[in-house]
Amino acid sequence: MFTRRDTMALGLGAATITLLPISVHAAADDAIAAYTGGASVTEGGVMITAPEIAENGNTVPISVEAPGAEEIAIYADGNPTPGVAVFKFGPAAGSHRASTRIRLGGTQDVVAVAKMPDGSFQQAAVEVKVTIGGCGG
Amino acid sequence: MISRREFLQASVAASALYGISGYGNWGKLAAQQTLTQDDLLKFDTFGNLSIIHITDIHAHLKPIWFREPELNVGVGDVKGKPPHVVGKDFIEMFNLKPGSPEAYALTYEDFVALGKTYGQMGGMDRVATVVKAIKADRPDAILLDGGDTWHGSMTSYLTKGQDVVNVMNKLGVEAMTSHWEWTFGTDRVMEIVDGLPFPFLGQNIFDSEWDEPAEFPDYTWFERGGAKVAVIGQAFPYMPIANPGWMFPEYSFGIRDRRMQEMVDEVRAQGADLVVVLSHNGFDVDRQMASRVSGIDVILTGHTHDALPEPVIVGETLLIASGSHGKFVTRLDLDVRDGRMMGFRSKLIPIFSDVITPDAEMATLIDAERAPFKDQLEEVIGHTDSLLYRRGNFNGTWDDLICDAIMSERDTEIAMSPGVRWGASLMPGDAITREDIHSVTSMTYGQCYRTEMTGEFLKVVLEDVGDNLFNPDPYFQQGGDMVRMGGLGYKIDISKPIGERISNMTLLSTGDAIDPARSYTVGGWASVNEGTEGPQIWDVVENHIRKIGRVALSPNNSVEVTGL
Repeated sequence: MFTRRDTMALGLGAATITLLPISVHAAADDAIAAYTGGASVTEGGVMITAPEIAENGNTVPISVEAPGAEEIAIYADGNPTPGVAVFKFGPAAGSHRASTRIRLGGTQDVVAVAKMPDGSFQQAAVEVKVTIGGCGG
Repeated sequence: MISRREFLQASVAASALYGISGYGNWGKLAAQQTLTQDDLLKFDTFGNLSIIHITDIHAHLKPIWFREPELNVGVGDVKGKPPHVVGKDFIEMFNLKPGSPEAYALTYEDFVALGKTYGQMGGMDRVATVVKAIKADRPDAILLDGGDTWHGSMTSYLTKGQDVVNVMNKLGVEAMTSHWEWTFGTDRVMEIVDGLPFPFLGQNIFDSEWDEPAEFPDYTWFERGGAKVAVIGQAFPYMPIANPGWMFPEYSFGIRDRRMQEMVDEVRAQGADLVVVLSHNGFDVDRQMASRVSGIDVILTGHTHDALPEPVIVGETLLIASGSHGKFVTRLDLDVRDGRMMGFRSKLIPIFSDVITPDAEMATLIDAERAPFKDQLEEVIGHTDSLLYRRGNFNGTWDDLICDAIMSERDTEIAMSPGVRWGASLMPGDAITREDIHSVTSMTYGQCYRTEMTGEFLKVVLEDVGDNLFNPDPYFQQGGDMVRMGGLGYKIDISKPIGERISNMTLLSTGDAIDPARSYTVGGWASVNEGTEGPQIWDVVENHIRKIGRVALSPNNSVEVTGL
């Protein structure tokens, strides 16, 4: 039986499970709905900086920025526990930006939801691929 | 007033016209045995600035055979667009003459027959002649190296890249970027970089601990032809994923196109008249980056080993693809005025080794670098009756031979060989020297492992590597070819998403379907994990060739490709 660590040992052949069960996405949707209280969420207004392909799925650097936001919540929609963090910005905040590192169990969307001062919500999502296969040309 | 956009289009037409007049006669000239160095170098000097681009030489200092791909599939928006055009389609698209020298240089068509007529290509002593000739015409031409330079030969392995560094320094390179360089490890890279007479660029090389730009310069400046030229570096983005990250744990890479935009804006604000990106992204990644980042005049592409006789234009950005293994050099002349690129003329110069006179000084240097190892390099291990080549999306004959060697020498049911794009070809009848084996296997992590994998896991491997090649978003493509399998056949539908491309996996020795639950013995090489054990792959291949004496490979029809 191959563990993930063993698969990494095989180098070019190595790979991870890339298909995530639908129920996991639903868990993320539920978590976001709980955060917004069911309010509608508009797309845009949030910028996520993340690698297209994670160099190490165990520690993926993510930055989020949403000008004017009171809070920014981050979700990893394929992780068993999708909620990652909620950053809160005080009224004197010079910028509305935060960086952290998160663990991703496989290829999935990272979603950032910003809560604006008027009570509205904005969101953006980026796909981060978790793989260790492939060969450099 | 002609707009910039119209001017570029007009220039393209002019370039194509030039291509016809410059290339069209070669077939005839060669037939008359009069193809000359002057024909190859003929160039009507244009504008006020010249750039010379060479990339992906993979430490090949001597002339080689190199067969271009028979299959180079483009997916999504780039289907059927250069460089995803091969053979007769390529000849037609670029208006070449079948059987002509340029058709031989740029396609796989009639490769063996035409090779007899036109000979080997490359050789850094010939490249030196070309560079000197361009500089005689335009003394302040800027010479730029796109990386994958220090790695890929037996001598570069034995000297840890020093032989190539010495050659490139003598050639007069003025800036470079990187990929396989890093597989010598951080300490060796830093040791070489400290001694380089030019900058080692990479705006996308970050400190992995702090996620901040690392100490390598983002860009460098040239004042040439009355213009201020900024050259921004872009190293291979997937460095710790496609190669062993443990060899350079201090660094993180990535595409980082937002930062590329910041760098372009920064150099423009500092007065750049021309912005050039010296890139190791791979062609499709560069094409997408050109559409997302504004203000780049020229991207000198690398990594995917494409050779295109004309630039590809995205918006107002020229993409130049200069091939690999020293087979081509691009001369790009530009008219830069009033802070803008107004027009261009380019030529992909094929390095026909029998036509271009070697530069004597460079030839002497190369021979001196080789001298300590000459006997080892040139020892004949066996002969081949088959054409041996690697390049192409699926199995090439070199990898068929390597997989046979692994299965035989390591006693496994299945073998895997990485889908790298480097390695020279050999013609039927050629001797196979030790150096030839290293040309297709040399690396700092060449241990040939033996392990067991379940059928289920083998499918995951194929799906995963397949997605690195056929994901329709170029930013998810790592730029290699498909992993090559020995002892295992499969079908692949490249139009499907990951997890659904691979089917009909078959163990070739029995004809049985691969059982997801069964374990199979598997051998392979180029593991990215630290501590991989096994003999070096070149020794495995050498032992195998010694035993069989002459290589005669059967056609390999074990991969069925659909969804093209």
